[in-house]
Amino acid sequence: MNEQALKEFLYKMADDTLIIGHRNSEWTGMGPILEEDIAFSSMAQDQIGQSLALFTLLHQLGEQEPDTVAFMRNANQFHNCILTELPNQEYDFSIVRHFLYTTSATLRWDMCTHSSYEPLAQLAKKVKGELRYHSLHARTWIQQLGSATEESISRLQRSLELAMPYALGIFEESPFEKELVAQHIFEGEKRLMEKWLSAIEEVLGKTQLVIPDLKLIQPVLGGRKGQHSEHLQPLLDEMSEVFRTEPGAEW
Amino acid sequence: MFDSKQILEWLEEVKDPEIPVLSLVDLGVITRVEFKENKWFVDMTPTFVGCPAMDYMKQDVERVLQEHGIKDFEVRVTLADTWNSDKISEKGRLALKQFGLAPPPGLSTLIDDLSILEHVACPRCNGTHTELRSPFGSTLCRSIHYCHECKEAFEQMKPLGHD
Repeated sequence: MNEQALKEFLYKMADDTLIIGHRNSEWTGMGPILEEDIAFSSMAQDQIGQSLALFTLLHQLGEQEPDTVAFMRNANQFHNCILTELPNQEYDFSIVRHFLYTTSATLRWDMCTHSSYEPLAQLAKKVKGELRYHSLHARTWIQQLGSATEESISRLQRSLELAMPYALGIFEESPFEKELVAQHIFEGEKRLMEKWLSAIEEVLGKTQLVIPDLKLIQPVLGGRKGQHSEHLQPLLDEMSEVFRTEPGAEW
Repeated sequence: MFDSKQILEWLEEVKDPEIPVLSLVDLGVITRVEFKENKWFVDMTPTFVGCPAMDYMKQDVERVLQEHGIKDFEVRVTLADTWNSDKISEKGRLALKQFGLAPPPGLSTLIDDLSILEHVACPRCNGTHTELRSPFGSTLCRSIHYCHECKEAFEQMKPLGHD
């Protein structure tokens, strides 16, 4: 198995999960209603746990300790897609981003249950059950708010247009795409994007929201190569503030 | 000399820290106890990957093994046999209900929509005139419901499916 290709793939998943988990945790105490506060906090906890599981797989492959990897790298060493690092903004943007991201993550983990890398396939079988709750949550709100009032529909539509170029960046290909596919580690970003498109079309088709014309959209790429927006470094500074005061301390 | 059944009996005293009436054995997170090459192996698996109580529960299992004089053992956290809510024993389901948490419905597969969480029987009055308030609750493994009979909220240990 091409270990470099595998590690690059695991880092991408771990970083996506950690960064979106951190953003979702920012809703704790801030949710528009109590149930949403709890929902985003719970999803954040799931995601941070899932990222720990992925960093643990990387550690078993010879990378540094999970905490060191999570808290001591700078923005240009992170492989998450830019969509996950964008600030939460208002609830409408967060719920649209959550829907677009979670749909892709659910499908990605689903594909990973067939991975030739057995530890990943095992983890994927577990995570898949947990993500059901995330995608059902996202779908429920998109369908409800996407067909409710003029204001909710126009807010979601605006957020959808804003998020879409970044959402396409989820599928930025890895330099090891061929190896990943050939060695059956992962079926590839192209295949994932096809599945994702039909999944979001199915949900959005039940609402009054209109998917922007993808041919006219320039995807925002670079995240997978460590080229991030100005929003990631401040997020990392905040997330790692306590850890960095005393690296290695037992809390 | 003792066997794995004896060890499982000892492990009955280790409870889920968030549900102190439910043992880890009845919760279904102890997946294997075996003696191999002069050493006891106890395998555990998390209910949810991000469960913050896992380390604590592992230490508890180690403490119980030590207290019963077992010297050579290893407690392993593994996903080889993953947890799903059907792994909770009948005794465990009863303990949940007495604790005031509705036990999860039996599942044969992954859940497809949230309707499975509607009309969960209230652990107090057994009534099904209830509604789902949120699929996420005070811990990762709980959902929030409201009983129209008791006019009070309650929680359910939510179903987690498997392939």
